[in-house]
Amino acid sequence: MQMVPSLPPASECAGEEKRVGTRTVFVGNHPVSETEAYIAQRFCDNRIVSSKYTLWNFLPKNLFEQFRRIANFYFLIIFLVQVTVDTPTSPVTSGLPLFFVITVTAIKQGYEDWLRHRADNEVNKSTVYIIENAKRVRKESEKIKVGDVVEVQADETFPCDLILLSSCTTDGTCYVTTASLDGESNCKTHYAVRDTVALCTAESIDTLRAAIECEQPQPDLYKFVGRINIYSNSLEAVARSLGPENLLLKGATLKNTKKIYGVAVYTGMETKMALNYQGKSQKRSAVEKSINAFLIVYLFILLTKAAVCTTLKYVWQSTPYNDEPWYNQKTQKERETLKVLKMFTDFLSFMVLFNFIIPVSMYVTVEMQKFLGSFFISWDKDFYDEEINEGALVNTSDLNEELGQLCLMVKLYSVDYVFTDKTGTLTENSMEFIECCIDGHKYKGVTQEVDGLSQTDGPLTYFDKADKNREELFLRALCLCHTVEIKTNDAVDGATESAELTYISSSPDEIALVKGAKKYGFTFLGNRNGHMRVENQRKEIEEYELLHTLNFDAVRRRMSVIVKTQEGDILLFCKGADSAVFPRVQNHEIELTKVHVERNAMDGYRTLCVAFKEIAPDDYERINRQLIEAKMALQDREEKMEKVFDDIETNMNLIGATAVEDKLQDQAAETIEALHAAGLKVWVLTGDKMETAKSTCYACRLFQTNTELLELTTKTIEESERKEDRLHELLIEYRKKLLHEFPKSTRSLKKAWTEHQEYGLIIDGSTLSLILNSSQDSSSNNYKSIFLQICMKCTAVLCCRMAPLQKAQIVRMVKNLKGSPITLSIGDGANDVSMILESHVGIGIKGKEGRQAARNSDYSVPKFKHLKKLLLAHGHLYYVRIAHLVQYFFYKNLCFILPQFLYQFFCGFSQQPLYDAAYLTMYNICFTSLPILAYSLLEQHINVDTLTSDPRLYMKISGNAMLQLSPFLYWTFLAAFEGTVFFFGTYFLFQTASLEENGKVYGNWTFGTIVFTVLVFTVTLKLALDTRFWTWINHFVIWGSLAFYVFFSFFWGGIIWPFLKQQRMYFVFAQMLSSVSTWLAIILLIFISLFPEILLIVLKNVRRRSARSNLSCRRASDSLSARPSVRPLLLRTFSDESNVL
Amino acid sequence: MIRRPSAEECPTSSAPRRRRLRWWRWRRRRRRRSSGSCQGQQADPFGGPPARRGAAPRGPMAMNYNAKDEVDGGPPCAPGGTAKTRRPDNTAFKQQRLPAWQPILTAGTVLPIFFIIGLIFIPIGIGIFVTSNNIREIEIDYTGTEPSSPCNKCLSPDVTPCICTINFTLEKSFEGNVFMYYGLSNFYQNHRRYVKSRDDSQLNGDSSALLNPSKECEPYRRNEDKPIAPCGAIANSMFNDTLELFLIGNDSYPMPIALKKKGIAWWTDKNVKFRNPPGGDNNLEERFKGTTKPVNWLKPVYMLDSDQDNNGFINEDFIVWMRTAALPTFRKLYRLIERKSDLHPTLPAGRYYLNITYNYPVHYFDGRKRMILSTISWMGGKNPFLGIAYIAVGSISFLLGVVLLLILFKGRKSTAELGKLLGRPSSSASIVNHM
Repeated sequence: MQMVPSLPPASECAGEEKRVGTRTVFVGNHPVSETEAYIAQRFCDNRIVSSKYTLWNFLPKNLFEQFRRIANFYFLIIFLVQVTVDTPTSPVTSGLPLFFVITVTAIKQGYEDWLRHRADNEVNKSTVYIIENAKRVRKESEKIKVGDVVEVQADETFPCDLILLSSCTTDGTCYVTTASLDGESNCKTHYAVRDTVALCTAESIDTLRAAIECEQPQPDLYKFVGRINIYSNSLEAVARSLGPENLLLKGATLKNTKKIYGVAVYTGMETKMALNYQGKSQKRSAVEKSINAFLIVYLFILLTKAAVCTTLKYVWQSTPYNDEPWYNQKTQKERETLKVLKMFTDFLSFMVLFNFIIPVSMYVTVEMQKFLGSFFISWDKDFYDEEINEGALVNTSDLNEELGQLCLMVKLYSVDYVFTDKTGTLTENSMEFIECCIDGHKYKGVTQEVDGLSQTDGPLTYFDKADKNREELFLRALCLCHTVEIKTNDAVDGATESAELTYISSSPDEIALVKGAKKYGFTFLGNRNGHMRVENQRKEIEEYELLHTLNFDAVRRRMSVIVKTQEGDILLFCKGADSAVFPRVQNHEIELTKVHVERNAMDGYRTLCVAFKEIAPDDYERINRQLIEAKMALQDREEKMEKVFDDIETNMNLIGATAVEDKLQDQAAETIEALHAAGLKVWVLTGDKMETAKSTCYACRLFQTNTELLELTTKTIEESERKEDRLHELLIEYRKKLLHEFPKSTRSLKKAWTEHQEYGLIIDGSTLSLILNSSQDSSSNNYKSIFLQICMKCTAVLCCRMAPLQKAQIVRMVKNLKGSPITLSIGDGANDVSMILESHVGIGIKGKEGRQAARNSDYSVPKFKHLKKLLLAHGHLYYVRIAHLVQYFFYKNLCFILPQFLYQFFCGFSQQPLYDAAYLTMYNICFTSLPILAYSLLEQHINVDTLTSDPRLYMKISGNAMLQLSPFLYWTFLAAFEGTVFFFGTYFLFQTASLEENGKVYGNWTFGTIVFTVLVFTVTLKLALDTRFWTWINHFVIWGSLAFYVFFSFFWGGIIWPFLKQQRMYFVFAQMLSSVSTWLAIILLIFISLFPEILLIVLKNVRRRSARSNLSCRRASDSLSARPSVRPLLLRTFSDESNVL
Repeated sequence: MIRRPSAEECPTSSAPRRRRLRWWRWRRRRRRRSSGSCQGQQADPFGGPPARRGAAPRGPMAMNYNAKDEVDGGPPCAPGGTAKTRRPDNTAFKQQRLPAWQPILTAGTVLPIFFIIGLIFIPIGIGIFVTSNNIREIEIDYTGTEPSSPCNKCLSPDVTPCICTINFTLEKSFEGNVFMYYGLSNFYQNHRRYVKSRDDSQLNGDSSALLNPSKECEPYRRNEDKPIAPCGAIANSMFNDTLELFLIGNDSYPMPIALKKKGIAWWTDKNVKFRNPPGGDNNLEERFKGTTKPVNWLKPVYMLDSDQDNNGFINEDFIVWMRTAALPTFRKLYRLIERKSDLHPTLPAGRYYLNITYNYPVHYFDGRKRMILSTISWMGGKNPFLGIAYIAVGSISFLLGVVLLLILFKGRKSTAELGKLLGRPSSSASIVNHM
């Protein structure tokens, strides 16, 4: 026995680098034999630690993590500068908001961590029973060590990853539901190794001497390879293979089984659940990139301002009477400071003075907007699906990663490419058995259903009858070759026969097939003791011993079973895709069936071919050995298995084919049309046959009747001898065609879609790999670029026969295109996960193929049709909201700081703040934050319904339109204009002797307050002008903010504040308002500032009016030539066939 | 394969949705009333008066929505159907269907604003302009940097006290109350070092701050170990020229003009913000015991005025000075010349002379000193800016209104037919009110 001792994990439990090699686990921690010394290995204990902090390290660790964010760090630096250097504003002005933000975040994270602690404790302290020295010992869950034998009762969750030893049933199976892991609520059967099945008591299990070798922990829930060596008294070890079907995962629940014994193999943080717990990589949105770009611009402005002021200050001070006039002398200390140092601190002081240009509150507001805004998606009742009783889910907001995750929210807007899976996404994935063909004879069951199960020998409405034996063989094959299980409501045996049978399977096709077989009189009755029971047409029960199941996988695209009949014959039944089966059967049989298969595929049905083979007993011995060997392998098990399977599944006899219909999802076509109209390019990536996929694409109007199809498939290429040459030729030809069609019109590409001939591209997996991995290294890039050029010019692309990884490959390829388009992937199955993770926005459909896609996605919705509203309405609105929010924030802070900058020219560049410290602090926190937050949550510049019904509106915001340079410049110039107006308006106002009728004069604080009042009102009213959706909340916050400003100003100036050093603002505001001139000036300045905005609205209106008239024209003509919305699928498919190149 | 035409494809306007919401609420109430039996549900949902109300013009549409409601509402009588559902709440807020006012700013709604602004702003501007022009103001520079100036002799620090006299003539008489200001130029009262160099606690009569002034007052905090009261650069540099005004009558006998010292500071400053230190009865000197005068002052703070109500920290000249000016060129109120009777102008036209006790040096920093006499209107002193700005903005706005109106009329002719064709409420009706 080869011992590969794994390194004892150090302090870190689940280190990535430790996951190589294998680990050896001694069952019950008993040494397996006296000869071999028992080496106690150190594994992780079974404590789950999902919490990030402890009581002691919370403060430092949390602070460290928070200040790792650039924005926070920037504010910390500003704060520290304020504390150390003599700066114009008190440290409170920036310290308080920063403290607030940090505290709130810390409290939030602390609370979440406390919740995690509590959850951890609940798990860790829960009681489990461990068999120690033949006794059942009660322990806390966290005390479980690797190698402990654990007893789990029914309806309990497994405390760690266990290898099932025995389940106190005769066959050593147990039922498990993994709802909490992957959302699949059906019961799954897990098996014990045959040799340990009998060990049903604590005493007997304690006698077991065995060692388990298995791979190091890895996060894939559905993968496990291991081997158990059982030492009976003879010292001769019996080795058995272990697979995922032997492994009970932590977090899953035991069902329908009294109790089980299992040995812990992975504990604590090394369990598959814990390994899966880790968050996903951060996806960053274009909005955030824009924010960062703007940030850099504003940082640059800030630095420039500070530098200009510092320079001018020293120029100004070069005249001695300016530097130190008699009335304003420096202190001794100031005189003695080094000039360089002074310049540096002056620079910092100016930075601090102007630092409000990048406010803390922007980050807070942006995050709040994203967090709160995401709720609207999960709240939307249009996303609610009656069937699964669930609505949409925003996965990303669950993760407490702060910015990056939530940014996804806004990414919805700017999607350029939509990649969609076909099965389960475009289609229902609710399969219905339509017809079958046996030996080329078509069977279409029509009458059977009416008569129900009892129908036995009655004549079926066959179009033509195949040989009775062949027919039965075919139906038996359908009944046997699958992994369907029967759901039993209670564990009592025999209940299966009476009640109606409910089939459970991970693949809906199989259920459809089994149900189809039932229609023809062959009923699958379930599995008992490794025997499959089938009721035949004569109501006799046939039993087949299930010898091997050669599982389905996406690469082989077929599955097989090897069964032994009651007579002792060994049969292999295989079903799979035609391309996978045809090469493996005798040639002469193919032709008849092929016709059927092709026609069925054209009709949009999913076809499977069924084949069988008789295995001679001698052959079986060999096969059996090979299979067991392969299953036993610890390394490269998959490859070995595949090879063996490949060998076995040869020289089969084709019996027939089935056709299963996968219904198109509700409104799939409308959704695709809407996405097209919205300027999105929709690519369908599917694993299905080309014909099936193509007809589905026609059905859901991805291709239209007038779409010219360009095909790059094995069919078009195979004809020539040299595939690559032919491919090259085709590529060049297509490109020529497309370039001719769009003569250098890249700028009006979107327009071109509606006006020119449309092209669709079909490519299949093998051709794609030919293009991507072309052997000619020199030309491979060339191929790729030509291919991409073609792709970009096509309205729709259909990629069929795609392996999951190829899907991701395509997404990556498009992602890296010039201009880095935003990609969205939508899919429902496990095969879409890679694509969902790869793309910018991943959307999962809570379909029938389990919850893997939904779990890995950023959003999940119940149906494909929901994508329309998600993108067109939610995405659009979120984008407009967040874009406006960002622009507005920069805008309002530029007009806030600009007067302060201008004031430096009039106060000898002395860093004198224009506004009082309270105003500086409160401006972003209280006076102007709520209206924009309300706006950014509630604004609907266009109605949700209009947005959904007119996809063209989506194009308006495509390409990050609202955060491009020109809108940014517009906002910046507007802010600069307004800031200038505020300052110089007040400046000219102050040229007079007095503003009051009693001749009294105002000071600098009144000056600042007038500017500030105009500022607050203008900025708020500007938002009011932009608001197109005035709910009571908007009214409340907008008018409330202004009222609060006035109230606060009165209050702040109404009291001599004992804690303030200077009573600068005492009665300044009230005094200011007692002057008529000030009122007039404030009103005038507000109006002047808003004037350009109002003017722009009118001008835009004039333009929009003409644009709209154009649009209405086009719409009118559209409706005239509108396609009939309901068209028989067949008609379309066949008539369109002629368009194919 | 038959595809249902979806309801979502219908063009929807907001009106039926509102109705739908209301109808939904109503239906719920009704269902509760008829709880226990399924008949409530069977009742014709379209027959109810609330559904009819106001639904007439879009009958089919309303029906469409009601029918959809029926589906949305779920099976009300299904046993336990509503017990555990994850259906999102159908509240207006969560469905983003809060009732809202949706102003559509079209040219039609915005254009009138231009005219209204024009019509309001121009008269106001004219009013302000006329008022401002009626204000009499005279400014006399007495810095004395020009050799010809009578005050030139005072530039040297040796002559103390230096008194100079400047003659001037009022061409027109000053009616009503006249205000006398002094104006300084190039004097940075708003320099940061200067602005913060004060101790408001001390000025508010805090006795501890009196003897231990704030650090902000450096380097004017202490003088020879005695705390300075009032401390700081602002107080130290208080304007201390004395200005007197004489009318040269016909009989070459100059008549002094009565200058009122009180009433020039803000009421709140004088009565709340500035307070003398407590204690010591009326003896102000006693209260300021232990402090010393600011370096540049000639007299200590308790000798600023003989009037007890205007002495010490509550001296109004001092208070006015302590309110730092916003800009380097500023004016501060110095004295009031009150109108004596309605019959005589306060300052009749004629020749005057200004008697200056020249103490305050400004030529060191290239500054200027001026004396300003000004009458005041309801809007304060002479300020042509406000009036001109109002007139300009009003006119521009009016003109723009006219120009845009012309453009729109031109455009509307061509788009009129299309507008009809479109027939959408949003393009014609300017405001869709949801409330």
